[in-house]
Amino acid sequence: MNPASIQLDAQGRLKHFLTIEGLKRQHLIDILDTAESLTGVAERRVKKLPTLRGKTVANLFFESSTRTRTTFELAAKRLSADVLTVNIATSSTSKGETLLDTVRNIEAMQCDMFVVRHAASGAAEFIARHVRPHIAVLNAGDGRHAHPTQAMLDMLTIRRHKGPAFQDLRVAIVGDILHSRVARSDIHALNVLGCANVRVVAPRTLLPPEVGTLGVQVFHDLDQGLRDVDVVIMLRLQRERMSGALLPSAQEYYQQYGLTEERLAVARPDAIVMHPGPINRGVEMASAVVDGPRSVILEQVTNGIAVRMAVMSITLGNQSSPAEDA
Amino acid sequence: MRIAIRGGRLIDPAHGRDGRHDLYIAEGRVVGIDAPPGGFVPERSIDASGRIVCPGFIDLCARLREPGAEHKATIACETHAAARNGITTLVVPADTDPVIDETAVVELIRRRAEAAGFAHVLTLGALTRGLKGEHLAEMAALKEAGCVGVGNALAPVASTLVLRRALEYAASHGLTVFLTPLDPWLGATGCAHDGQIAARLGLAGIPVAAETAALGRDLALIEETGVRAHIGRLSSARACAMVARAQAEGLPVTADVSAHHLHLCEQDIGRFDANAHVLPPLRTLRDREALRAAVASGTLLAVCSDHQPHEADAKLDPFGLTEPGISGLDTLLGLTLKLVDEGVLPLAEAIARITRGPAGVLGIDAGQLGIGAVADVCVFDPERHRALTARTLASRGHNTPFLGWELRGEVTHTLLAGRVVYAHEGA
Repeated sequence: MNPASIQLDAQGRLKHFLTIEGLKRQHLIDILDTAESLTGVAERRVKKLPTLRGKTVANLFFESSTRTRTTFELAAKRLSADVLTVNIATSSTSKGETLLDTVRNIEAMQCDMFVVRHAASGAAEFIARHVRPHIAVLNAGDGRHAHPTQAMLDMLTIRRHKGPAFQDLRVAIVGDILHSRVARSDIHALNVLGCANVRVVAPRTLLPPEVGTLGVQVFHDLDQGLRDVDVVIMLRLQRERMSGALLPSAQEYYQQYGLTEERLAVARPDAIVMHPGPINRGVEMASAVVDGPRSVILEQVTNGIAVRMAVMSITLGNQSSPAEDA
Repeated sequence: MRIAIRGGRLIDPAHGRDGRHDLYIAEGRVVGIDAPPGGFVPERSIDASGRIVCPGFIDLCARLREPGAEHKATIACETHAAARNGITTLVVPADTDPVIDETAVVELIRRRAEAAGFAHVLTLGALTRGLKGEHLAEMAALKEAGCVGVGNALAPVASTLVLRRALEYAASHGLTVFLTPLDPWLGATGCAHDGQIAARLGLAGIPVAAETAALGRDLALIEETGVRAHIGRLSSARACAMVARAQAEGLPVTADVSAHHLHLCEQDIGRFDANAHVLPPLRTLRDREALRAAVASGTLLAVCSDHQPHEADAKLDPFGLTEPGISGLDTLLGLTLKLVDEGVLPLAEAIARITRGPAGVLGIDAGQLGIGAVADVCVFDPERHRALTARTLASRGHNTPFLGWELRGEVTHTLLAGRVVYAHEGA
């Protein structure tokens, strides 16, 4: 089954945003261009557009998040939508309510869009298959599977620094690829945009099986993986990976895969360093790199708002409203 | 009741019969082949022309969900579904709730099955108490109560020492041990084959080594204890090779595979199709081909349904949170015949994998239609196709990835000990 099929309407336009996999280059370019045109909004005195006036966006966070939740909230508000944020991690599901019941209840509150984060891979797609047809579903991270808006804000950040010629770029993704939805979505996005030199750098314990089939080159050595790259995407390493026998210690990980100014020297001189946050300083990266001249980490956060505004206006613009149908 | 089944193609692999033969049944047994015994006047005649007549099918692994999960299915409804599909003998693993580790549970299942009257239901007793892998179950008592073997279902016995003692104890009582190899650590958190589909979908993987590491340990202990063992539901090429080698070395080991593993692979998960969430997981195309070859060669002596009916809610969740298992009674015959169509093995051999093969594993006098045999019979129309839809499924469990498929082979009559327990309307 084409992974894109459920997120596209009959005309091939985005009606949900669940995964990058299966989307065409033009879908991504449209999102990037729309986001680019929206970045000006934040600099205005009145930071609001009327695009989603009268619409209700429900943030359904079944897993805790600060950055993603707040930027989605802000994006919806800047588009004049009404926003409902439900932290379900501490809500009904702990009382035994099923995921589908929770969704049906929020649906009954007449929402137009669900922004979903869930710890299980496939959760956003599952919800998209079961909501009423006028509701758009945006995936804000599902298990290890996908985090497509993060990938798009990463692409926007890269394009703003490196220009639109993705085919000329070398990009290294370093760290816990196995558990990372960000890595999977970044890999798909880079491939769709034409980047043929995507590298993953990690020990075998942090790589999925047959990772090469995702369209990447595999490195176990950081110096080799970083050689001549234009972009370094560092991933967060969860502390609990130490207890699962995936790594011997944080010290050894930092020594082998931690990004320092010295190790960055093998990359291109104008290489940028990215991280989806939150950062473990001194675990995956040295503070000097985080705060250094090549870090674009805070720009990523800013770009996240524009990208989420873009995806919201594109998907809701493509949804038929129930009133118009009637 | 005296029944004559005339004009059909009788396939009885146990007696090497495959041809046009009439079958005569009285007092629950086969009393004549080709010619009725003197003075035989049938009370019922079944016209089997254009149909295949064969022993009723024997399914080595079917969960009927009773006792303990009656919201999913019951013994009455699932044995009825079995009859609808030509299955006359079902083997229930020990993981009911309560577990089959005391004779009362064996009794309960037997009584319910007899009251329903649609199929012979055989039970496997627990290998360890509560399936916890700590203390031996009262295997001798369970055998006395009628269990045809012992096993720990899908619950691995983590301690090799406990497993060794359990196998020794089972061997002392002449019990066959039914094992499904799954390493408790390698298989702990996964929900899909640890390959490219799991990598792409971000699903936690179950590597082949979860099967082979456990199987290697099981085989070492089988060799040392000499216990008769049956390895159920293999999923990988490597495990097939290990079993074949053990058999070649003369170990008393038989093995089976589920029908769905012979037709599906990891790609069939598609976009998180929870109906393809099954344990052991669907593996690669290469594994599927090796499983087929092992069925053809006889390394895998039996094909079972691994029937696990679920209520709809059990599959209404993101993939990894759904309950594993496929409802398999409705597809056992169709998928077995599909192997014939795809050139895996000849028809009579395929029938043997769901009749004589499993009967041999169980050591029971069933799965054959010689004179004097208990008349468990299936009559089916091999040319009629059956569309699988929620409406046409006989099992209460509609959780099957084969919904929407059309399979060849429509059962027209099922006889249980000489009694017609299913007859297709209009047949």
